[in-house]
Amino acid sequence: MNQIFVKPEKCMGCRSCEIACAVQHSKDKNLFSAMLQSPPPMKRLFVEAADGIRMPVVCRHCEDAPCLNACISGCLYRDDKKFVRRRKERCIGCWSCVMACPFGVISRDKEKHIAVKCDRCHKLDVPACVSACPTRALVLADVDRMAKEKRQRLVLVETQAVTL
Amino acid sequence: MEKSTDSATLSALKEAEKSGIKTVWDRYEAQQPQCGFGESGLCCRNCMQGPCRISPFEDGPQLGVCGANADVMVARWVSRAVAAGTAAHGGHAKHMAHTLLKSAKGEAADYPVKDEAKLRALAARIGVNGGDTKELARQVAMKALEEFSEKETPLAWAASTMTKGRVDTFLKLGVVPTGIDSVVAESMHRTTYGVDADPVNLLLGAVKCALADYAGCHLATDLADVLFGTPQPAVTRANLGVLKKNAVNVAVHGHNPLLSDMVAQVAGEKELNDKAKAAGASEGINVVGVCCTGNEVMMRHKIPLATSSVSQETAILTGALDAMVVDYQCIMPSLANIAECFHTQLITTMSIAKIPKAVHIEFHEANARESARKIILAAVDAFKKRDPKKINIPTATSTAIVGFSTEAIVGALSMVNKEDPLKPLIDNIVSGNIYGVCLFAGCNTVKVTQDANYTTMVRELAKNNVLILATGCAAGAFARHGFMTPEATEKYAGPGLKAVLTAVGMAAGLGGPLPLVLHMGSCVDNSRAADVAVAVANKLGVDLNQLPVVASAPEAVTEKAVAIGTWAVAAGLPTHLGVVPPVLGSKVVTQVLTSTAKDLFGGYFIVEPDPMKASAQLLSAISERRKGLGLSA
Repeated sequence: MNQIFVKPEKCMGCRSCEIACAVQHSKDKNLFSAMLQSPPPMKRLFVEAADGIRMPVVCRHCEDAPCLNACISGCLYRDDKKFVRRRKERCIGCWSCVMACPFGVISRDKEKHIAVKCDRCHKLDVPACVSACPTRALVLADVDRMAKEKRQRLVLVETQAVTL
Repeated sequence: MEKSTDSATLSALKEAEKSGIKTVWDRYEAQQPQCGFGESGLCCRNCMQGPCRISPFEDGPQLGVCGANADVMVARWVSRAVAAGTAAHGGHAKHMAHTLLKSAKGEAADYPVKDEAKLRALAARIGVNGGDTKELARQVAMKALEEFSEKETPLAWAASTMTKGRVDTFLKLGVVPTGIDSVVAESMHRTTYGVDADPVNLLLGAVKCALADYAGCHLATDLADVLFGTPQPAVTRANLGVLKKNAVNVAVHGHNPLLSDMVAQVAGEKELNDKAKAAGASEGINVVGVCCTGNEVMMRHKIPLATSSVSQETAILTGALDAMVVDYQCIMPSLANIAECFHTQLITTMSIAKIPKAVHIEFHEANARESARKIILAAVDAFKKRDPKKINIPTATSTAIVGFSTEAIVGALSMVNKEDPLKPLIDNIVSGNIYGVCLFAGCNTVKVTQDANYTTMVRELAKNNVLILATGCAAGAFARHGFMTPEATEKYAGPGLKAVLTAVGMAAGLGGPLPLVLHMGSCVDNSRAADVAVAVANKLGVDLNQLPVVASAPEAVTEKAVAIGTWAVAAGLPTHLGVVPPVLGSKVVTQVLTSTAKDLFGGYFIVEPDPMKASAQLLSAISERRKGLGLSA
């Protein structure tokens, strides 16, 4: 299963991912028309900084998703690709999902009074945020492969004094 | 991070928070995180094939579309920043020169020559002679205006004020500018699509432009002194507490004394004060300064300084500011939004610097006094709309002894030694009573707790007997925190420095020591400090890059600061920056600015955000210089 992974050490805080996300969720999916759209399109991930470290915080599409479990109106559901998505018309704006999400990546559409979250760009092979990242701080990778790569890296660290 | 170390600023900000008014600190927070490409200088928007970004990591693009690498992009930024700073100081200087010319031609009666001695000294220095005051002023103004276009000869205001050693170095490296505006244009040319792609050549071009900035600064200061008088020591006060509840408070903000001095001149007129009193302001009109034009009128008219650059919005937040009148540079556009929350009238005056929602009263030299009166009357009108419930003036103020122009410093020293005024200064540097000299310059930035770097470094350096000079918002910071007082000398100066400041102060009839920090003027006035250093170097028969003199801009913001810092380095000074400039994306540029520059010019940049570490580095730079001169280190 592919997941979006973040490498904070590579994040420059340029917010290209935020812009690409908002454009992808705009009417025409084009930067210039997105800028003219009213109300403006909303981003689904957030570049945050603390103590000089910057990183994008993005929905994990958790396999046991607290937001999905907390949604009482039947708005959030898991699609056939295992992405946690919305049935917008069912959202009642109770914000239980916001309460439940441990990552704080569900936001509020102030015009429509409904919850907004990452849909993993389900129509695209590679999510817009990942495609937009100029330093590859955001990567799309298979979870098992990512874990294996980390284990192999650990072997190098242990044996050849390579730093993580 | 705390926003400020200044209790008045903090108190005003507390009121803003209560009322939900956003200030520069809120806007800074909303910008977090700021883009790392911009922070490291690794983005370029100079052509329409871009924007391009260079990845600081190996697996990303290392070249822009045109092929420019990180070094080229960063060097081009340095060059353009210096050019913008030079354009700003040059614009200020040119404005002054045009006014002097109009004055000489009888077209600006409100701007007579006030300091004839300075005019004559200046004329002699740049090789203009003969004629009465008006004729001399005309010739000096013409000569000044010639400095802007490309000439066959080096800039007179640079060549006539530097040491011979410096001029030789500049000639050897091919960095002698021949026109202020022309070198700004050259910088724009060489940094546009597909011109200069050699980072070192670009940086040398930036130095050439910075030397034109030095000439522009010097010219602006000289002509300001001619038109408004050379500053002499004066006692005044600083900080928001100088605003008066029962007066019509008018803040002058920006840079050029052409506006602020005129406002200060008319503010005392009986008719205007009567109108203020009739409107209910029992104490009449109270002009206060903000930022560098505040320094100009502070030195020449004892106008108190309300606040400095980063905290400019707080003057309005007091609810007691009736008008803020601005010219150009460092005027935050946000002032209009903040003024909207109060009765304050924001007044713009310059055709090149308008702000939506402000009232524009165009300021012409031909009827300057009348324009100044109109501005004060607008303030009186605004006073009538004050909301007493919103008035909250922080009480903090400090005494500040200001006005230490080069002439004033030499004047004070001549009280000690009439025949040879520089001798006491040099003797004490040689003996080690004065370990070295540090010029603090530059701004206040939202990236540093306001004034924290200044106040930490001044204590550390003064303790080690370093003589402290200050200009611009650095001077404003020291004034607000009480460092421009004899008491500060008693409290913070090391024994050697204290003895010297006391001896000079007593000889000059002050009845006590000189203030710990000598206020040398606004940010355009840094050439005053350079003049003192050049005089000392010439007398000792050494060059500037041998003197135990350093500079620091620990809270820098503007492109003007980049230009000043660059000419300080070219002049041979170890120059500290407390805010990291967007150059670290290029190893070559970083290396040249912090190290290679030392081989070429003697001066170099020290980039260090920690004020204690920065002080230690400046002290070690001074020590190295002293050793070089064979003095006790």
